[in-house]
Amino acid sequence: MFESLTEKLSDVLKKVTGRGRLSEANIQDALKQVRLALLEADVNYKVVKRLVEDIRHRAVGQEVMGSLTPGQQLIKIVNEELTRLMGETREGLHLIGRPPHCLMLVGLQGSGKTTTAAKLARFLGRQGRHPYLVPADVYRPAAIDQLKRLGSQIGVPVYPTDSDRRPEDICLDALSRAGREGADLLVLDTAGRLHIDVELMAELERIKEKCRPHEILLVADAMTGQDAVNVAKSFDEALDITGVILSKMEGDARGGAALSIKAVTHKPIKFIGVGEKIDALEPFYPDRMASQILGMGDVLSLIEKAQAEFDQQEALKLERKLRKNTFDLDDFLVQLRQMKKLGSLEQILGMLPGMGQLKKLKQFKPDERELIKVEAVINSMTRQERRNYKIINASRKRRIARGSGTSVQDVNRLLKNFAQTKKMMARFAKKGYFNMSSFLG
Amino acid sequence: MFGKRKKEEEGGEKGLFERLRQGLSKTRGSLAGRLDRLFLGRKEITQELLDDLEEILFTSDIGVATTQGLIDSVQDAVSRKALRDPAMVKDALKEQMLSYLHVPPIDHPLPAAGEPHVVMVIGVNGVGKTTTIGKAAHRFKSEGKKVMLVAADTFRAAAVEQLVIWGERVGADVIRQKSGSDPSAVVFDALSAAVSRKVDMVLIDTAGRLHTQKNLMEELQKIRRVAGKKLPGAPHEVWLVLDATTGQNAISQAQIFNEALGVTGIVLTKLDGTAKGGIVIGISKQLGIPIKFIGIGEKLDDLRPFNAEQFVQAVFE
Repeated sequence: MFESLTEKLSDVLKKVTGRGRLSEANIQDALKQVRLALLEADVNYKVVKRLVEDIRHRAVGQEVMGSLTPGQQLIKIVNEELTRLMGETREGLHLIGRPPHCLMLVGLQGSGKTTTAAKLARFLGRQGRHPYLVPADVYRPAAIDQLKRLGSQIGVPVYPTDSDRRPEDICLDALSRAGREGADLLVLDTAGRLHIDVELMAELERIKEKCRPHEILLVADAMTGQDAVNVAKSFDEALDITGVILSKMEGDARGGAALSIKAVTHKPIKFIGVGEKIDALEPFYPDRMASQILGMGDVLSLIEKAQAEFDQQEALKLERKLRKNTFDLDDFLVQLRQMKKLGSLEQILGMLPGMGQLKKLKQFKPDERELIKVEAVINSMTRQERRNYKIINASRKRRIARGSGTSVQDVNRLLKNFAQTKKMMARFAKKGYFNMSSFLG
Repeated sequence: MFGKRKKEEEGGEKGLFERLRQGLSKTRGSLAGRLDRLFLGRKEITQELLDDLEEILFTSDIGVATTQGLIDSVQDAVSRKALRDPAMVKDALKEQMLSYLHVPPIDHPLPAAGEPHVVMVIGVNGVGKTTTIGKAAHRFKSEGKKVMLVAADTFRAAAVEQLVIWGERVGADVIRQKSGSDPSAVVFDALSAAVSRKVDMVLIDTAGRLHTQKNLMEELQKIRRVAGKKLPGAPHEVWLVLDATTGQNAISQAQIFNEALGVTGIVLTKLDGTAKGGIVIGISKQLGIPIKFIGIGEKLDDLRPFNAEQFVQAVFE
């Protein structure tokens, strides 16, 4: 009953057949499994529904890259859509203006606010800030004690208070004392509460109004299920949160809640908690989350590997040569052989960001026979000629044609293609587009 | 002493169903309404109806496998012509869910005469173990039992203090040692004290750590072993606390904790929010573990015996 959907998905993907293009018919079953995989990862039902439609829309009619199976191509699209929804880039804290800056943590009971407060204080302390921990949870027994203990563990001052005061008064007083404590950054640890608790949500609004925090971060448990959307929406509507911290990421949860929260609030996830130790806080990288939610790490790395069949070392060498503009006919031959492994040059370039529209290279699609011919031509050149094609005059061309069993026109076509490729590549290298190592890495 | 504990006195046993219903119905009022309109005046069971049912089940965290099982059973009945009337579909689903939830209690040893009944409470971080213990202590106290709490979470900062405050609140002894000491040693000493103080119920609060941490599991197993050495048969019960807001990961938690320690009952907490906790339906069916209590708030009497009919009803409201 609890067998892994990922395995099922892998099986279905193998059955996605049909060459060339993805069609409504051949992705139907696979999309159903993708939907279930996302639901099993706790992505919200409505978010899944929308996402699957987007994926279907994008996938139908898409060409399958030469080195991938249609199933892999589909997963590639799914992963890209997830990454897009998750947010493409990582976002840090925005602490601008005159210090002291103020960070407010909010969330349900048990989401890990107090631990996260200490982790954040430590993290920011290491970046040269002087944090001040403020215990504003006067309800949970011993919550203030807990923060005091954590503060002394990491050597961060904790605002001294007891649970007899109103949380907003504690926060405001702490704000005015921060300077005297030598602190420039307050971390407010508020009490856990249900998002439907009107009274306690109003308390948070009062703290917000009085302290004007620079960041209001919702601390959410990575294991949260379908309810994540309700929780995130309520906190965001009441407080206009500025971001999310996902706690308890070190377990075996797939973390679909991250996607749901992002989808309903459009607020970035800024950090993740990855352990019970005080240093277990990391910046959040959206793309990594996408592949975890999909639970298809194996398939995804397979796809990457297929793309990377293009030998990475060769790519690095090529890149260096392009930058120095010493790309010669020997390199050209190596590249042609590599490209043969992967599919057409056009497709390779299509995989690189910003290179999709490069139709100019279309004329250069080496097929097996052409490649043999090209190889023969280059092999009939002297070493000098291969290093510097410009010395190849009419008489050299005749000799090369004879030696390789081709015609002078063949030699001319090759040289023209080479010159064009070299010119184009040099331009990309200058613009930084042709960064092969990054697309392989 | 605890700040302004709010709404301390309100809400008795009779308000439970109301509050549960109120909490559970909040988010999907529109969906449930749509479902009722769908049922109303329908002559046949359409795909649209089944899709909406599926949405209700999924959004209750019932999970892929269990939801598919439930929907399949309905579709099966429809094709056998056993189900013709859309109005019967909802009832058929409820029946099926109830059959998953009705599992026989797990046999566990009973304490010897003059020895306390020992309950070990386990779960991942933040599910509400300590609060559950406080509320359970209150429940047993009001049944006239002498209760002892054991602070075996020596890891989390101030966890011991939190339990001590609950002990004062409900009037139960709390056995503690200094933070960082060996939890199984705390338990060993506590059980000696429990026997000499003629305690009826011992509730052991353990450290919350994710079930994927091997050393935590070993620590818990050691506590279990040491308890059994001190009092044969102890711990008589092992309660796994699950948070109703948790999604599919609850399955993994239940499986791993059950394998390591043998869970005798589940406590499902935080049902007073908008989460439905539907994941326990599959857990109950698959692992055969009954749900013992539900937590519906932070007040002393907010721990209630689990009622499968009410729980299933709430999914559809």
